[in-house]
Amino acid sequence: MADVTMRIWRGDANGGNFETFTLAQNEGEVVLDVIHRIQATEAPDLACRWNCKAGKCGSCSAEINGKPRLMCMTRMDQLPEGEVTVTPMKTFPIIRDLVTDVSFNYVQAQKVPALLPPPMPERGYVMFQEDVERGQEFRKCIECFMCQDVCHVIRDHEENKEHYSGPRFFIRYAELEMHPLDTNDRRHLLREEMGLGYCNITKCCTEVCPEHIHITDNAIIPLKERVVDAAYDPVAWLGRKIRRKHNRTADEAAVQPAP
Amino acid sequence: MSTTYEHHDYDVLIIGAGGAGLRAAIEAKQRGLKVGIVTKSLLGKAHTVMAEGGMAAAMGNVYPEDNWMVHFRDTMRGGKYLNNYRMAELHAKEAPDRVWELEQWGALFDRTKEGKILQRDFGGHRYARLAHVGDRTGLELIRTLQQKVVSMGIDVFMELKVLKLVHDESGRVAGCVGYWRASGEFVTFAAKAVILATGGAGKSWKFTSNSWEGTGDGHAMALWAGAQLIDMECIQFHPTGMVWPLSVRGLLVTEGVRGDGGVLRNSNGERFMFNYVADMFRAETADSEDEADKWYDDHAAGRRPPELLPRDEVARAINSEVKAGRGSPHGGVFLDIASRRSPEFIRRRLPSMYHQFMELAGVDITSEPMEIGPTCHYIMGGVKVDAETEATLAPGLFAAGEVAGGMHGANRLGGNSLSDLIVFGRRAGMGAADYIESGQAATSLDEGEVEAAVKDALAPFDRSSGENPYDIQRDLQEMMQANVGIIRTQSELEFAAGELDKFTERVKNIAVKGGRAYNPGWNLTTDLPAMITVCKCVTKGATLRKESRGGHTREDFPKADPEFAKFNFAHSSKGGNWDSPIETVESPLLTMPDDLKALLEEDH
Ligand SMILES: Cc1cc2nc3c(=O)[nH]c(=O)nc-3n(C[C@H](O)[C@H](O)[C@H](O)COP(=O)(O)OP(=O)(O)OC[C@H]3O[C@@H](n4cnc5c(N)ncnc54)[C@H](O)[C@@H]3O)c2cc1C
Ligand code: SF4
Ligand code: SF4
Ligand code: FES
Repeated sequence: MADVTMRIWRGDANGGNFETFTLAQNEGEVVLDVIHRIQATEAPDLACRWNCKAGKCGSCSAEINGKPRLMCMTRMDQLPEGEVTVTPMKTFPIIRDLVTDVSFNYVQAQKVPALLPPPMPERGYVMFQEDVERGQEFRKCIECFMCQDVCHVIRDHEENKEHYSGPRFFIRYAELEMHPLDTNDRRHLLREEMGLGYCNITKCCTEVCPEHIHITDNAIIPLKERVVDAAYDPVAWLGRKIRRKHNRTADEAAVQPAP
Repeated sequence: MSTTYEHHDYDVLIIGAGGAGLRAAIEAKQRGLKVGIVTKSLLGKAHTVMAEGGMAAAMGNVYPEDNWMVHFRDTMRGGKYLNNYRMAELHAKEAPDRVWELEQWGALFDRTKEGKILQRDFGGHRYARLAHVGDRTGLELIRTLQQKVVSMGIDVFMELKVLKLVHDESGRVAGCVGYWRASGEFVTFAAKAVILATGGAGKSWKFTSNSWEGTGDGHAMALWAGAQLIDMECIQFHPTGMVWPLSVRGLLVTEGVRGDGGVLRNSNGERFMFNYVADMFRAETADSEDEADKWYDDHAAGRRPPELLPRDEVARAINSEVKAGRGSPHGGVFLDIASRRSPEFIRRRLPSMYHQFMELAGVDITSEPMEIGPTCHYIMGGVKVDAETEATLAPGLFAAGEVAGGMHGANRLGGNSLSDLIVFGRRAGMGAADYIESGQAATSLDEGEVEAAVKDALAPFDRSSGENPYDIQRDLQEMMQANVGIIRTQSELEFAAGELDKFTERVKNIAVKGGRAYNPGWNLTTDLPAMITVCKCVTKGATLRKESRGGHTREDFPKADPEFAKFNFAHSSKGGNWDSPIETVESPLLTMPDDLKALLEEDH
């Protein structure tokens, strides 16, 4: 097999450069395998994150030829021929080489009001498959943070990180809002502090999600509808009251009588 | 107290953020204690996230006949009676409550038609018993616990690697020393109690389902700190790992494939497992394909298929088929669900397996069989603990999860690990809290120990030339795979022991390139002493256990010997250095009360 040439960004918060490595290609390898071979030989201090090597943990996110990808799930033989460029995720501050500081996401996680279920009956809650399925889609999230990386609201505007939780957390809010047992109401928070309004539904997040979660269609758009419902504007409020007859409000939908 | 390093004080310090560590943290926090968690990767990325098939708990949602007694019996039989019976008993009794509790914290398991938690079949479990979410159960478990921990405001130190436990002057475990991956700066922690929840040690074998984290740090640190390790020879080789392409060799294929109807075939197309049913399991295993196939829909209509025997049995059988020349093109055997279940069923029940094979091997498991072979997966051996409190023999030190020993005996049943994490994680949190309340906790860190650990960690930067740590790791993995793998024999084990002494010397000659900030080469250098220490215990136990039992198979002693069923081999080290000699003694098993013994004999 022909050789492969990897152009890898190396450096830290103070800046850096591309370094080029050329090595033999092995059958079936993914980008992460090649990075590992470079580590084991030429550059033992080349920094990258990984854990599961099977697309399950969301550690190995990077930008491959400019697109956010999981390094462990990107086959070398499926990339266009020629040099492969690997850079760290752009939206987060650099620690070293391909490793970025993703603590923004952990801060956002702390802001999410927890699930508030009714007391549990003796042998567990009764929930039906169709009730849990919507939430299960969002719980597939492996926290690779590539949707956060690609979202222009924070990718191009550092200052928005103060008041924007991003698509990963919009699906978390959606999951809780649609949870059959939840009784917490997070709509005000989402609107006023988590910046749901900044999202203009470009769907870039949905496109990069390795778990194929329908972030925009199944989470963001329904959330936007619910948040509008919750507005204090009397006209909207009236609209909500009228719709109520046909459509349960989020308040009602969220509270399931204890089984 | 040392003033040169960043320092933190906690009541309970938990090392490890997998299921066991997170569950322990929740419990200790609920007791009103100040709790900190340290993890060497990011929160949510521990091995627990990779678990696929499910978590075993006798809730009886699918088979009302199921109860803790049957689960206890299955666990003991699977463990070939080497288990700490009291742990197996507590586990079987408490697992259902621990699973239900997860739903209060937001977990969403797959459901039965009646709206209860659905349970699936797995090897060695008499009834469908594994609560699951498709084939991503570990993700559900870790995310649920992680979100609970975050909502409780517990401090989590991410990407901070602990190097060594530290004592106070009376010899109690009083904290630890570690370093931040990001900066390479050292940190000390003082704690009244320390809980180890560091997971497993599979990374010392060449073909493994474990990540870079599975280096046995906790096993080694416990030994160095004065605790005992038991059953270290008992290593689980999971029967179904991917074998091709080479770069993914070892990656796990969940047992759920077999639970959901997948069967094993050799190159002649034979379901060979029918030829490998041990006497112990004959009465409950089907003896024809027809009977086995009926069982999937109704467990009363036939006995269980032999593909669902405990993992040690299946792994050995695959090994024999390949040796006999009936393997698949890349040295495994075939796992076939495509010809037995509809594509929709396969995609719904096993979505991540479908993607894993499609994307990494270019194989569509809904239309072709998978090629699979054994992979190093789990270590049954671990720190010896008290069943009720998870206290180790080192005062102030507790252990739970894969790092602890005893629960699974000589072989773990699938699904019994995730439930182990939440049952004994909780108990470790309670044990640590009780210990602190009893007022015996440590007070200060021994500065000499801190300085020695820092000096050891920095030594490889002082050498201008020396070995590359990656070379040592690769050689170690190859050596262990070849000599201390699934099938073992005296001469190879003796050879391995000699090699491990050489590896010990090689580690002292490593030169690290680059700086301290996020340097994987340096980090690996700090892993190697733990890896080698664990390998020494495994090899020693394997040499001494002159019989075959569960995850320990000797070519030269192919049968189980009842004499060896009376004790565990227990290792300890007194020297205080990582390469101090390891002493090994026979440590008698607890005696089981008669009522529990009777359960083992009963034919449920
Ligand atoms: C691919 C795969 C599939 C599996 N499927 C199943 C299944 O379906 N059912 C089942 O029951 N079991 C399964 N298992 C087994 C089970 O997942 C593990 O045994 C279990 O998750 C271990 O959990 P733990 O909490 O003990 O440790 P882990 O989840 O391994 O976590 C260890 C933690 O300790 C930290 N740590 C380790 N060393 C240090 C150090 N020196 N300093 C700081 N932090 C440290 C790590 O960073 C990590 O946070 C599977 C395992 C694998 C690998
Ligand atoms: S759809 Fe919204 S959240 Fe997603 S990338 Fe676009 S702006 Fe960001
Ligand atoms: S939603 Fe998808 S892209 Fe975003 S963090 Fe989760 S898995 Fe990654
Ligand atoms: S290493 Fe886990 S997703 Fe890539």
